Amino acid sequence: MISAAEETEGVGIPRLNIGEWIEAGVDWVNENLEWLFNLIQTIVSTLTDGLDDLLNTPDALVLAVVFSLLAWLVKDWKLALLSIVMLVFVISIDQWENAMTTLALVAVAAAIALAIAIPLGIWAARSDRVSGAVRPVMDLMQTMPAFVWLVPVVTLFSIGVTGGVIATIIFALPPGVRFTELGIRQVDSEVVEAGHAFGSTPRQILLRIQLPLALQTIMAGVNQVIMLSLSMAVIAGLVGAGGLGNEVTRAIGSLDIGLGFEAGLAVVVLAIYLDRMTAAIGRGGMVSGRASKLVRRRLDAHRSATRGRAMGQV
Amino acid sequence: MNSSTAEPAVSARNVFKAFGKRPQEIVRRIKDGADRNDLTDLGTAAVIDASFDVQPGEVFVVMGLSGSGKSTLIRMVNGLLPPTAGSIEVGGEDIARLSDRDLRRIRREKVSMVFQHFALLPHRTVGQNAGYALEIQGLNRSDRERKTEEALKMVGLDGWGGSMPDELSGGMRQRVGLARALAAGTEVMLMDEAFSALDPLIRREMQDQLVELQEQLGKTILFITHDLNEAMRLGDRIAMMRDGRTVQIGTSEQILNDPANDYVAQFVQDVDRTRVLTAGGIMEPPVAVLGTEQGPRTAHKLMREHQTNVLAVVDRSKKLHGFVHEAAIAAAVSQGANTLDGLMQPAPSVHADTPLVELMTQAAEHETGLAVIDGAGRLEGIIARVTLLNALAEPKHAGHDSTESMVAS
Ligand SMILES: Nc1ncnc2c1ncn2[C@@H]1O[C@H](COP(=O)(O)OP(=O)(O)O)[C@@H](O)[C@H]1O
Ligand SMILES: [Mg+2]
Repeated sequence: MISAAEETEGVGIPRLNIGEWIEAGVDWVNENLEWLFNLIQTIVSTLTDGLDDLLNTPDALVLAVVFSLLAWLVKDWKLALLSIVMLVFVISIDQWENAMTTLALVAVAAAIALAIAIPLGIWAARSDRVSGAVRPVMDLMQTMPAFVWLVPVVTLFSIGVTGGVIATIIFALPPGVRFTELGIRQVDSEVVEAGHAFGSTPRQILLRIQLPLALQTIMAGVNQVIMLSLSMAVIAGLVGAGGLGNEVTRAIGSLDIGLGFEAGLAVVVLAIYLDRMTAAIGRGGMVSGRASKLVRRRLDAHRSATRGRAMGQV
Repeated sequence: MNSSTAEPAVSARNVFKAFGKRPQEIVRRIKDGADRNDLTDLGTAAVIDASFDVQPGEVFVVMGLSGSGKSTLIRMVNGLLPPTAGSIEVGGEDIARLSDRDLRRIRREKVSMVFQHFALLPHRTVGQNAGYALEIQGLNRSDRERKTEEALKMVGLDGWGGSMPDELSGGMRQRVGLARALAAGTEVMLMDEAFSALDPLIRREMQDQLVELQEQLGKTILFITHDLNEAMRLGDRIAMMRDGRTVQIGTSEQILNDPANDYVAQFVQDVDRTRVLTAGGIMEPPVAVLGTEQGPRTAHKLMREHQTNVLAVVDRSKKLHGFVHEAAIAAAVSQGANTLDGLMQPAPSVHADTPLVELMTQAAEHETGLAVIDGAGRLEGIIARVTLLNALAEPKHAGHDSTESMVAS
């Protein structure tokens, strides 16, 4: 594959045609594994389009209120208020539908990325060899300029939402793996040892000790994955993934400053909302959020009341 | 307290543990006589040729400076570390030969552990922590809660089950660690520097509590410490470790009075001997005793023969009746008396397990020395004043080849 005729600027150093090889590799994969890519295409596009439709079915304002209530559940009324103001703003600049399309894309991409990243991170945390093999791959995925991923993805999946999702997954996956591995490795070794000393199985140690203690770090990884998904989902507009990315691409093409900023501001709103929500959940939002505290207190009161009654009968 | 005929609860035979790339090689070279310090580029020989038996109900303390291999040794007992060579049996099963599954069974049913930094799960309540072992054992919820509550009560934490560990002080957290091990209900408990991270006063409190619990429960405890006073307070026997080797195994008195080498001698130098040594440990057999039916003349003769000015008087069952003094005997002899009537004085007596610190006042009041008696009042030995003073001084004879107190060969 090295053509002897070609020379590089260093005398005697042959030109390595890495680009050609990768192209050949992608072509080969494209021809021989077509069924696989068709399958992936079907699954991903069904999921994304389905979620997109779902998010665009109810009235925009109703959904905005639902999102705001979710914020109250995991954090407090302040975040709820901020959310409703921001979301109504998105409706008022007529970017709601695009925002929901992008949200669907982000949700599917982030979910798949996490479904791959967390198990991989767990595996890497338990084996130095796996960790050593995974690290350079993650470095490559993360540092390669995001646009570069779009090209082979388009070859394999053609223009459309699936290519966008796949490129987003590749770009957003690494922090999920890294944070999961880091979180598990950081768990106090004496506590893990205690788990062993009382006869826990490896699975019990993972589920009852390592994962709960690594949760905060893993959630920081989840946050990163979601934020990177959002930024990549916008770039994926270049390959026709739809949503806000499309608007941005269109604005660049037609030098439409106004449209560019409107779509851009909608992206900012999504980013703030997703960031605050995942951060709150990461800090144990589901158990410490205002509303959920309220619910739990009710439940506790109910439980002790029934217990009291049971005791009374004895 | 321990019958030496019973099957040992833990039994180690020629156990080695080496860390590094080629542990087997290290062990082979050491067996061939190499020094561990010459093998450092191969790895670390953390435990070298350890052999000992721990009897059921015994508190066996492993004592040594940091890095001497104590933690490594104790971790081989529950298989957290596999030995490089040798065998360790717990309840008759060789830990090194067990499958992972059987090892987990042993850890659930036979050996529990208390950790230096408590190793509690911060996301669980005190009760859930104390019940962790029971949860792993697969107990149902109500049994678990009942046993957990019992264990928390034993360590004085009843009512704290709903708190989180970070709401507790260090001493209380370690009580949770202790409760977790107690709740597991295992025969053997491993405690690796369990009290070392605590303030001195709290540490004393925990030691007292452990002694108290041990009196009720009679567990087999392997206790690791680098604090000799702690070792002496808790241990029925103590293994002294240095650079991976057990240099001496014996009771605290054997180690205090008969250190196997200068290393041990230096260690025991600043122990508070008055609290560690007991009357039984320093008493001497009575040089001569007088029968209750014997007379002043015999007494006079015995005193001259044995160069003593006081004799203990005992009956046929060896029960102590009192002391007779030289002055009174001399007077009786010159008056021609035939019986001991009216000559005997009550003897100041103590029991064998009384610590020296409690002998001081009595010894100060009675020039005659003290009698050591058993529960039935029978004479076991005598402590002369000079014996007591000698015992309080440092041992003079460190470094001689003492195998007497070595249980392990
Ligand atoms: N996992 C390990 N890998 C390599 N060396 C170890 C390991 N654990 C302990 N060591 C070494 O073994 C020796 C004994 O350590 P340890 O048993 O922890 O001593 P102690 O508990 O008495 O302080 C030390 O030199 C230590 O550095
Ligand atoms: Mg240690």
